[in-house]
Amino acid sequence: MITKFQIAYKNLLRKRVRSLLTLMGIAVSAWVLVSLLGFNQGYETSLNKDIDNMGFQLMVMAKGCPYEAATMMLKGGTGLKYMDESIMKDVAKEPEVEKITPILMSAVFDANKGESGGIAGYFGVEPKSFAEMKPFLKFRQGGWFTDTNSYEAVMGYEAAELEQREVGDEILMPEKNVKFKVVGILNRTGTQDDGTIFVPLKTTQKIFNRPNEITTIGIKLKKGVNSAPLEEKLYQLPDVQIVSLAQVKDTIMKLISTAQVMVLSIATIAILIAIVGVINTILTSVWERFQEIGILKTVGAMPWDIFKLIWIETVILCTTGGVIGVILALILSRITDMVMRAVLPYAPSGGLVLIDFKLILITLVGIVCIGLLSGIYPAWRAGRIRPLEAIRGEAAR
Amino acid sequence: MSENLISMEAKNLTKAYRRGAEEITAVNSVSLEINKGEFVSIIGPSGSGKTTLVNLLGCLDNPTAGELYLGGRSIFGKGKRLSERDLTKIRRETFGYIFQNFYLIPTLTVMENVILPLTFYRKPNTEHEAEKLLNLLGIEHRKDHLPGQISGGEMQRVAIARAMVNMPEILLADEPTGNLDTKRSVEIVEVLRVLNRNVGLTIIMVTHNQELARYADRMFEMKDGQLCEIEVPTGNTVTRAASQRLS
Ligand SMILES: Nc1ncnc2c1ncn2[C@@H]1O[C@H](COP(=O)(O)OP(=O)(O)OP(=O)(O)O)[C@@H](O)[C@H]1O
Ligand SMILES: [Mg+2]
Repeated sequence: MITKFQIAYKNLLRKRVRSLLTLMGIAVSAWVLVSLLGFNQGYETSLNKDIDNMGFQLMVMAKGCPYEAATMMLKGGTGLKYMDESIMKDVAKEPEVEKITPILMSAVFDANKGESGGIAGYFGVEPKSFAEMKPFLKFRQGGWFTDTNSYEAVMGYEAAELEQREVGDEILMPEKNVKFKVVGILNRTGTQDDGTIFVPLKTTQKIFNRPNEITTIGIKLKKGVNSAPLEEKLYQLPDVQIVSLAQVKDTIMKLISTAQVMVLSIATIAILIAIVGVINTILTSVWERFQEIGILKTVGAMPWDIFKLIWIETVILCTTGGVIGVILALILSRITDMVMRAVLPYAPSGGLVLIDFKLILITLVGIVCIGLLSGIYPAWRAGRIRPLEAIRGEAAR
Repeated sequence: MSENLISMEAKNLTKAYRRGAEEITAVNSVSLEINKGEFVSIIGPSGSGKTTLVNLLGCLDNPTAGELYLGGRSIFGKGKRLSERDLTKIRRETFGYIFQNFYLIPTLTVMENVILPLTFYRKPNTEHEAEKLLNLLGIEHRKDHLPGQISGGEMQRVAIARAMVNMPEILLADEPTGNLDTKRSVEIVEVLRVLNRNVGLTIIMVTHNQELARYADRMFEMKDGQLCEIEVPTGNTVTRAASQRLS
């Protein structure tokens, strides 16, 4: 017995180049689709992770552009605004607040960073409250400094890697020419903390000549508390603004959704082109085999048999193409990540492309369905070929 | 003659084609009766309607008028036309077809081509038919070859094996030797003769070649859409010699 499946795939091998080109069309569109869907879910996941890893839900900052403040918090940057430490007392007394921690963000130009130098982020923090706010930070080596006046530093994983430092080594803060002793190195978190160097708050205030000033207060809310009333109250304080990380996330996601709509349209177009390619390939091969198909009917094939035969061909093409596309997407996800990072205004530090089993399954099922749909017309046409026309050699289209 | 010995009966079978205003009667009121196990040949000039008639007899086409019976069962007649689906069912139960072109599937081996019909339809007790046929037709050693690797005569044998794999009652052969040289043509017709003798197969063969037509038990001539039976020419030594040699 020879199965319909065998007949179908052997036929696809007949015109190898054509089948291969069609296959590539499908593979590429599957690849684009999987990568983009993977990006859609990966971006949000990474952003959430970044935001969760801040350890706090609200930030109090000196008045200025809120987006700038938010990005700075996530990315590190310049254009800082300062407020007085004393404001902390007012914040801490609100009933919704569980914990607060002051931060003095600072950035110095490091001529040795990267090819043409770069910004190095130094965060002045209060070790006790900061550590409590971020209990998930784990040390690879050493631990937090205890004195907020000391010249000691804790380095993020990548910062330490970049500077080749171990606990006990010294680092020099560029521009200011101040030496710090490394007392701790953090594990990799996959967030912005990896590239940051944490130094004591008081020391930072001294170095940057900002006595009793800070840039940020991180607020951790009590569990299940609605942040809106607290935000209202805090806005009454002079010269501050409140940044809710949930809002930051919404704002970033809104910016990104424009990009998402665009890439999804590209994916849709790629898929439409692939479908047309499949229909064209199969239809061409049906006309080429007009007589063969007619003969299959004289040897007993029913229209439905022929329909299935042709249908199987499209499904083989689409399934194989889909699988190749998914494999491509998995292999090239790092490249996709890099490309996305280059074109996007803001990208979280975690992986941007997240391709999981569910996504793969959905894509493959989707592509097989598309294959089934695009196979219907050619298969139906083939099923209607009458044996008489075929042997007369009339290609009655 | 008792009813069940009659394989096929046509009464006033007519097929007219319309070409613009003009009507061409390709088959004009043909009546004939073919018994089970008969080998019938049809000769006639080009355009006389042979192919049209054979297609009607083989249920590949609906007649314009007239009746057709298969083993006593009415297929066409008195305004009765069958759907393509019903025709397919009748065809695969009753007929095997071979044509001037072999229409083998180039991507399938000889054996795969022969068993191809079984993918769609299988009569009971046909398990070993393919092997037997390949042996009988002398192409057993070619069974793993692709059609492109064998000769025209061998290709037609493969087509015959494919037509026979579901053990049809009637084999319709429209110019089966049209693409073959004289030597190969004779071989093919001898093979048909053997099948006719050994399996009791009814054969209707259209040919241009008088010599080949003589292998049949009965001969018909088609002229302008009309059929008349003619004597199988005497001195028909070829047939007797060949059939003696082969049987
Ligand atoms: N589909 C068709 N439409 C119109 N006219 C047709 C059609 N098929 C056949 N004819 C006409 O019917 C007549 C008989 O054709 P047919 O093919 O049966 O002849 P034939 O005896 O088989 O000829 P040949 O020996 O050349 O094969 C011819 O005049 C032909 O032009
Ligand atoms: Mg003809």
